[in-house]
Amino acid sequence: MPDNPNDRIETFYEVMRAQGISRRSFMKYCTLTATALGLGPAFVPKIAHAMETKPRTPVIWLHGLECTCCSESFIRSGHPLAKDVILSMISLDYDELLMAPSGLAAQAVLEETIAKYKGNYILAVEGNPPLNEDGMFCISGGKPFVDKLKRVAKDAKAIIAWGACASYGCVQAASPNPTQATPIHKVITDKPIIKVPGCPPIAEVMTGVITYMVTFDKMPALDRQGRPLMFYSQRIHDKCYRRPHFDAGQFVENWDDEGARKGYCLYKVGCKGPTTYNACSTVRWNEGVSFPIQSGHGCIGCSEDGFWDQGSFYDRVTDITQFGVEANADRVGLAAAGIVGGAVVAHAALSALKRAQQKAVGHSNAAKAEKEEA
Amino acid sequence: MASDPDVADTTATPFHKAGTHKQTSVYVYEAPVRIWHWVNALAILVLCVTGYFIGKPLPSFTAQEATYQFFFGYMRFVHFAAGMVLTVGFFGRLYWAFVGNHHARQLFSFPFWSRHFWAEVWFEIRWYLFLAREPRKYEGHNPLAQLAMFFFITVVTVFMIVTGFALYAEGQGMDHWMYWAFGWVIPLAGNSLDVHMLHRMGMWAIVVFVIVHIYVAVREDIMSRQSIISTMISGHRTFKDDRPD
Repeated sequence: MPDNPNDRIETFYEVMRAQGISRRSFMKYCTLTATALGLGPAFVPKIAHAMETKPRTPVIWLHGLECTCCSESFIRSGHPLAKDVILSMISLDYDELLMAPSGLAAQAVLEETIAKYKGNYILAVEGNPPLNEDGMFCISGGKPFVDKLKRVAKDAKAIIAWGACASYGCVQAASPNPTQATPIHKVITDKPIIKVPGCPPIAEVMTGVITYMVTFDKMPALDRQGRPLMFYSQRIHDKCYRRPHFDAGQFVENWDDEGARKGYCLYKVGCKGPTTYNACSTVRWNEGVSFPIQSGHGCIGCSEDGFWDQGSFYDRVTDITQFGVEANADRVGLAAAGIVGGAVVAHAALSALKRAQQKAVGHSNAAKAEKEEA
Repeated sequence: MASDPDVADTTATPFHKAGTHKQTSVYVYEAPVRIWHWVNALAILVLCVTGYFIGKPLPSFTAQEATYQFFFGYMRFVHFAAGMVLTVGFFGRLYWAFVGNHHARQLFSFPFWSRHFWAEVWFEIRWYLFLAREPRKYEGHNPLAQLAMFFFITVVTVFMIVTGFALYAEGQGMDHWMYWAFGWVIPLAGNSLDVHMLHRMGMWAIVVFVIVHIYVAVREDIMSRQSIISTMISGHRTFKDDRPD
C-alpha cells in the first residue's frame, strides 16, 4: 500500500478507535471473535495484532435476485456488532443497499474500487443471476446482473456467496425456475467461492466468516459443498436441545397437543433438523435469543440445497415430484407392494386352479388307462 | 460378466440346468450360502421394520422423562446394528462367490450375452403366465430368478449399503472416515433429505422383492419338479422325477 496517508487504507483498529471504541472493548471483541471461531485464548493477541496492523479488506457487495434478508440479518450481528465493528473492519466500498451514492455516482464508485484494488478485494454476492432471456429478469445499472457479476468477479480475490440464493438458488430457482436463476458457483467457475447458505444466514455466522478471512488472510476450511466447516459441519439435530426427546421417542404429534406444551421433539411434524447443516442450535438468532425449534416450530432446512422442492415443511417422509404426481416414498412403496401383493394372490389362485385342473385331467387319464388295461 | 455360450446345455452352464442325466439329488447351496441367506433374511426383516418406524415413528412413549428413556435411540441402534450385519454378510457372501462352488457365483452376475440364457428367461416367463405346461429342472436358480436376485438383492443391497452408510456417516460427523468414504453421496443426491427418501424407496423395492420371492418359492416348491424351500435349509436340490429336463 502507498505510504501517502491519504491513499493508505486505515487499519481495523484505527477505524474502531475513530468510532469511539475503547481499547478494552476492542480486546473484548477479539476474545469474542476467537471464541466464536472455536479458537483458543492464544489466538486473541493474534487477532488483535492482525486488526492493528492489517489494512481493512475492501469488499464489494452485489445484490442479484434476492430479498435482502441476508443484509437484514448481517446488520443485526450482535457479536461482533455490525455497526461498530464489521462496517469498520471491512472497507465496504460498494453495496447498493448500504451506500449513500446512487445512480451514476454509485457506478463510478464500483469502477473505481475495481481499478484500485484489482485482485485484492472480496466479492460478496447476495442473490443470484437469472440466466433466461439473456439475464433480462434482473437488471442492475441498465445491464443484466449476470454481466455485472462476471465483471466484478473477474478481479476478485475470493467470492462469498451469501445465503441460499447465491449458494443454491433458493425460492427463485425452485421448480420450475422460470427465470433460470442460477447459483454463483455455476456462473463463476474460476474463483474460490465460500457458500454461506441459509435464508438468511445467521448474522454471527456471516460476520464470523468475514472476521476469519480478514484475520488470517485466507479462506476458512470448507466442506465438500464449499461451506465453512466451523459453522456448517454439524446438523441442527446434533446440537438440538430437544434431542433427548428424539432419542426417548417423545414427539409432538399436533401443534396443540401435550407434547407441544412439554417441548417434545418436532421430528414428526416435519422438523428438518436431522438433515440440515447449520449453526442455529448453537449460535441461535437475534443475539442468541432463540431459534425456530426453541420457538416451537420445526426447522424448515433453509440452508440445504433445494429446500423449496423437498415437499411439505411439515412431513418427514416428504413428497417427491419425480413421478409427475405428488406422492411420497411410502405412498409409492405401499402402492407397489399392494399391486404386487394383489398380483401374487391372483396368481396363486390361478395356479391352484390350474393345478386342480391338471390333477383332474391326470386322474381321468389314469382312470381311462386302468379301464383300458382291464 | 458373460459366460462362454459354447458350454450351454451341460451342468456347467451359467444357469445350471439339471441337464439330461438322471439324478434325484444335487448338493447346491453350501453351508455359508445357507447361513448367509437366513442371516440376511433376518437382517432385512429387522431393517425394514425399524427403518419404517424411524421414518414414521410410533406414537409418543411418555412413561418417563426423556432422561430415563431411550426408546427411539434403541430403535435406531437396532437398525444400525442390523445394517452392519447385512453389510458384513454381503461381503462374506461376495468372498464365498470366489471360493465357493459355481452356484455361489449366480448372485453376482448373469450371462447377459448368452442368447440361450434369455431364451430360458422367456421360457420361465411363459411358465409363470401359465403358457408352458411343464416347468424345467434347474440345479441352481432358474434364469428369471437369477435376474431378480441380481437386481433386487445384489444391486439394491449395494445401493442400500452405500446410502445407509452415507446417512450413518452424517451422525458420525464430517471428520469421521466414514464421512470421507460415503459423504459424497449426499451432494450427489441433492441433500440429506433426498438420500433419506432414496433409502426409503430402496426399502420398498426390497419389500416388493420379498413378497414375490416368498410366493414364488412356495409356489415352485409345490408346482415345480424340484425342491425349493428345503434346499435352502439342507443345501440339497432334490428332483421329483427322473425325466430329462
